[in-house]
Amino acid sequence: MRIIACIKQVPETTEVKIDSETGTLVRDGVPSEINLLDLHAIEEGIRIKEKFGGQITVISMGPSQAEEAIKDALAMGCDEGYLLTDKAFAGADTLATSFTLARGIKKLGDFDFIICGMKTTDGDTGQVGPWLAHELGIPHVAYINKIAEIGKNYIVAEKLVEEGVEVIHCPIPCLITVLKGINDPRLPSLKLKIKARKLEIKKMGLQDLGGEASNYGLDWSPTRVVEVYSPNPPQKGEIIEGMPKKQADVLFKKLKELKIV
Amino acid sequence: MPDIIVNKAKCTKCGICVDACPFGCIVLADIYPEISDCRFCGICMARCPENAISISVEEKPIIDLSSYKGVMVFAEQKFGKISPVVYELIGKGSELAKQLNEPLEVVLLGNKIRNYAEEILQYGVDKVHLYNNPLLGVFRDDPYSQIIANLIIKVKPSIVLIGATSIGRSLAPRIAAILKTGLTADCTGLEINEDGHLLQIRPAFGGNVMAKILSTKTRPQMSTVRYKVMKKAEKQQSNGIIEERQIETKSLLDRTKVEEFRRAEDKISIVEADIIVSGGRGIEGAKGFEPLKELASLLGGAVGASRSAVDEGWIDYSHQVGLSGRTVRPKLYIACGISGSVQHLAGMQTSEVIVAINKDHNAPIFKLATYGIVGDLFEVIPELIKVVKESKGKY
Repeated sequence: MRIIACIKQVPETTEVKIDSETGTLVRDGVPSEINLLDLHAIEEGIRIKEKFGGQITVISMGPSQAEEAIKDALAMGCDEGYLLTDKAFAGADTLATSFTLARGIKKLGDFDFIICGMKTTDGDTGQVGPWLAHELGIPHVAYINKIAEIGKNYIVAEKLVEEGVEVIHCPIPCLITVLKGINDPRLPSLKLKIKARKLEIKKMGLQDLGGEASNYGLDWSPTRVVEVYSPNPPQKGEIIEGMPKKQADVLFKKLKELKIV
Repeated sequence: MPDIIVNKAKCTKCGICVDACPFGCIVLADIYPEISDCRFCGICMARCPENAISISVEEKPIIDLSSYKGVMVFAEQKFGKISPVVYELIGKGSELAKQLNEPLEVVLLGNKIRNYAEEILQYGVDKVHLYNNPLLGVFRDDPYSQIIANLIIKVKPSIVLIGATSIGRSLAPRIAAILKTGLTADCTGLEINEDGHLLQIRPAFGGNVMAKILSTKTRPQMSTVRYKVMKKAEKQQSNGIIEERQIETKSLLDRTKVEEFRRAEDKISIVEADIIVSGGRGIEGAKGFEPLKELASLLGGAVGASRSAVDEGWIDYSHQVGLSGRTVRPKLYIACGISGSVQHLAGMQTSEVIVAINKDHNAPIFKLATYGIVGDLFEVIPELIKVVKESKGKY
């Protein structure tokens, strides 16, 4: 089995706080980490490899610092890491990101699975997985909460939807996007950390992927962020005092007045 | 290639941009800010009090934008009903269509669903494109995305709206990929700007910032739209028509198969519920969810949970609200024993009314709560159950 896990380095969400006075973003230093759901993608890839044998590759697009995220993935047990990095790739929306990742992945040769986290905690779009699948000409299944079976040329996976669970049969090669419930990601082991330090992370830039700079990044992105602003700071609420019975009575009366209950 | 430029004549070296950059790409080198590895997110540009930062890009439309007209809504249907988000999309879509003075059309796919098309026509829709075929009974990304993309190529709508549901968020990127057009996820606001483009507003960074997004170079402008944000369309006199369309099954790609469906035990899913009673670490165990379940069922709502409650294994992941779970926007969110981490708040902060019940009066959730109750949830919830029961007894 050849498995490719796609990851993104994102700002640590726990570090993003709201200033309650102004409602703006407060950040002390900028630690980055692997996007939370991508850890589950890596873990699932490693589990498939452990069961069926093969190789797991981790790939990311980002600035050179994203190498750290790839090293963390290697320390979890991935075999090799690729970073797509070039000034021309910056500012990519989901179309340009999927396009660039697809070009990078095509350079890696044949694969059976591509695994992505369902979405990232910064952009929160969940679009790159399905989009990337189209660029690679393969089917995808999103919102996977469990892999039920892997056969010779198919996968059976459980997709979590609003009303319950759909069991989906999909031919291989395919792309899946995974949810948190699929597994508990392992911590990097010391042994693998040391091994990861020695592994070279292969970088691919504009020259390696080919084409013009205008086929990548912000230039190739149809969507453009034109303004960013802080949402309205939350209004000061009301504390309901008293003993539990009184608190419950008052709350219920207020909700009744608002015609919510 | 795009570039980000600091206008040194305007810059006061205040350093706000350094703190504002979520990626830590800005340093005050040689006093003036120096930007490297820029992702062009535009946050520093927005924060700069002197408007000294700008991003330069080529703004050239790739196609003839004026040949695209109208708003098209994807009518998601499953399990014998049209998804409620569809009426919200029609409500917003008709507002946008009126403003543009262009038609509002709906695309509907399924099996034996002519009656749905007639139902949809009553909401002020000009045309329903109906694909009624036994092959389309259950949603699959492959056939649905190809059929809709082909229809878009024929009809050329300027705007396409799709619900940000588990179907919509998987389908929309596939359609946009075929059409090579811009797609904005999870919009909470849509407006037509002075140039006639669709201004798409959405939260990012866990709802800590709002972003306004335009697609000026390609058409259609595609958005997935969040549940319960837009106002539902009203029924009205109908002049619209149904256009039955056929599919070419031979050329249709159809690779995945739905083998089985297992309905969740919960009657209402958290994303559709008007009322959510949610529990966190303060619930202290799986048993602690019992009173919450009772209250939720009395109120006709659903049970939610924080990440820690799910990680402890007290409740199933499908109940999780927050960045790594579902984003919800009910009329009433009752947070019980939830302190309110950034990642949880991101998933529920746009709820209409938030009630927080927590022992710790310093819990961050109280900053967001419409009504706060400092106290033991195991005392307050049973009292609340009693009041609700009493009031029900009266009617």
